[in-house]
Amino acid sequence: MEQSLAVILTIVTAATPLLIAAIGELVVERSGVLNLGVEGMMVMGAVVGFAAALVTGSTVLGILAAVLAGVGMSLLFGFLTLTLVANQVASGLALTLLGLGLSGLIGESFVGQPGLKLPTLFGIDGLVPFSLFLTAMVSYVLFKTKLGLVIRAVGNNHHSAHALGYRVIALRYLAVMFGGACAGLAGAYLSLAYTTQWIENMTAGRGWIALALVVFASWRPLRTFVGAYLFGAVSILGFVVQAMGLGIPSQFLSALPYLVTIIALVIISGNKRLTRANTPACLAQSFVPDR
Amino acid sequence: MKKLLMTVAAAAVVLGLGATASLADKYKACWVYVGPVGDGGYTFQHDVGRKMVDKELGDKVETVFVENVAEADADRTIERLARDGCKIIFTTSFGFMEPTLKVAAKFPDVKFEHATGYKIAPNVTTYNAKFHEGRYVLGQIAAKMSKTGTAGYIVSFPIPEVVSGINSFMLGAQSINPDFKVKIVWVNSWFDPGKEADAAKVLLSQGADILVQHTDSTAPLQIAQEQGKLGFGQSSDMIKFAPKAQLTAIVDSWGPYYVKRVKAAMDGTWKSQQSWDGMAEGAVTMAPYTNMPDDVAKMAADTQAAITSGKLNPFTGPITKQDGTVVGEAGKPLADGDILGMNWYVKGVDDKLPQ
Repeated sequence: MEQSLAVILTIVTAATPLLIAAIGELVVERSGVLNLGVEGMMVMGAVVGFAAALVTGSTVLGILAAVLAGVGMSLLFGFLTLTLVANQVASGLALTLLGLGLSGLIGESFVGQPGLKLPTLFGIDGLVPFSLFLTAMVSYVLFKTKLGLVIRAVGNNHHSAHALGYRVIALRYLAVMFGGACAGLAGAYLSLAYTTQWIENMTAGRGWIALALVVFASWRPLRTFVGAYLFGAVSILGFVVQAMGLGIPSQFLSALPYLVTIIALVIISGNKRLTRANTPACLAQSFVPDR
Repeated sequence: MKKLLMTVAAAAVVLGLGATASLADKYKACWVYVGPVGDGGYTFQHDVGRKMVDKELGDKVETVFVENVAEADADRTIERLARDGCKIIFTTSFGFMEPTLKVAAKFPDVKFEHATGYKIAPNVTTYNAKFHEGRYVLGQIAAKMSKTGTAGYIVSFPIPEVVSGINSFMLGAQSINPDFKVKIVWVNSWFDPGKEADAAKVLLSQGADILVQHTDSTAPLQIAQEQGKLGFGQSSDMIKFAPKAQLTAIVDSWGPYYVKRVKAAMDGTWKSQQSWDGMAEGAVTMAPYTNMPDDVAKMAADTQAAITSGKLNPFTGPITKQDGTVVGEAGKPLADGDILGMNWYVKGVDDKLPQ
């Protein structure tokens, strides 16, 4: 019993950063913007959160700083793609490269220092319930409120939304900033709760996994939740199986989370018409108001 | 006018500096690292060695390093260093073996030193340390300190260095407790703090109470500390990350070797060789024995001394393999080649070696 509880807790910690980052990106993409810079914003959140917590001695300030760092990075992306109408794919990739490099520079003096850890209750830190709350909130706002309807309208047909008098660019800025805040928070989770240290490239591709989750969950928050926890569960159970010494090749177990998550989400999203209805039609398309 | 004068002066200074630099003709020694110098472990220790070269050889050398080099991207980096005038290049990860040989063939006048590999060429030397000697000591400590009689072992890739480490650890543990168990988790990465932490948590939940790692981050030791369990540092003394959990650490000490080799390259006595130093040569040292009773610390120190003096060799025959066959002659150590190419487990390891 105690054993399985420890395993479940490990799964929760593995899934939480993926869920937070993916939920943020989901809102961004629902508004019609594709920000491939999740990894870069996440790694910036990790370093800034770690550094701020260490300097101020407060994990709460660390988390706030990480969120701000994520927002700052996303504003840069927003300025490039929304104001200057640059290509979103290229700008997002550039944002990832910038984040990986810049975080290494900022974090240089913090490498190898023991950090602060988020306080936990029964092995669960405050960000875990928050991530579940965030998922429920995003799901509610997107599908049950007028704001959500407008966000989806902007993502599906920005010209119509514009013609109806909605401020497409302003709304997309807000969505992009929300995505940045979530990515920053997910990064802080890595350096303040997952492993309490700062190491270059410590996100190790988790931003990309979050991006993939959004697509395979066909832009639905609750499916994203399923995907994140499935991915976490299969990765951790792979280790459990190894520790039992059953002799299943470890390379296969390493690949399994990707396979299982993709297959499961593709099956869930099996209805093609529904999937098409969920896909933001204006995803990654630049918008220039014609008048 | 004033501005112009200043520009001229600045230009003169720059030219002057250039002239002195070329006159002094510093010997350029370069390093290629697989991780960040701040990993607090494997790469950090290589960089400590590089700094020792700086300190010992002073003005005569210029040292350069490139960190975080992906194994897939290594030949580009190594070639750039060779073009930039590096006279001797140390590549410090197993995965750099083929790229090093490839670039070395193009630059016959540049000397290359590849760590932990096994292929040499007229201008390529390999160097490694007998880390398994340290792991024998870890095994003995683990067998004494574990209450459950089970260690959790987090490993990167199934290469001979890692496999011989597991075997040496088990032989050490079995010398104290013949029924000692080890649970092995491969994370398929040298460096991923998140995955290493996950593996550590899983192993502890499965009944292991001591963690051993052959991955480079401090994460597993931090998890051991959080859960009130014990562990060993890897490559470097990691005591400040886990003051209550670290029993000891195998500390890589590359400095003396680097100084020796750069000196040899400078005075023309450098030759291609396969160097494999251990405790006796000071290449493998142990961090202070902490968080254990005095008698265990004494036993560990005695074993370390016996290995250092050559009285004890972890791989002394006969050794029973996992499949039951026996290798080695009674009382004689295995040949170096058998250890450097080890691809089998000793009896008692409860894992199937990934091929």
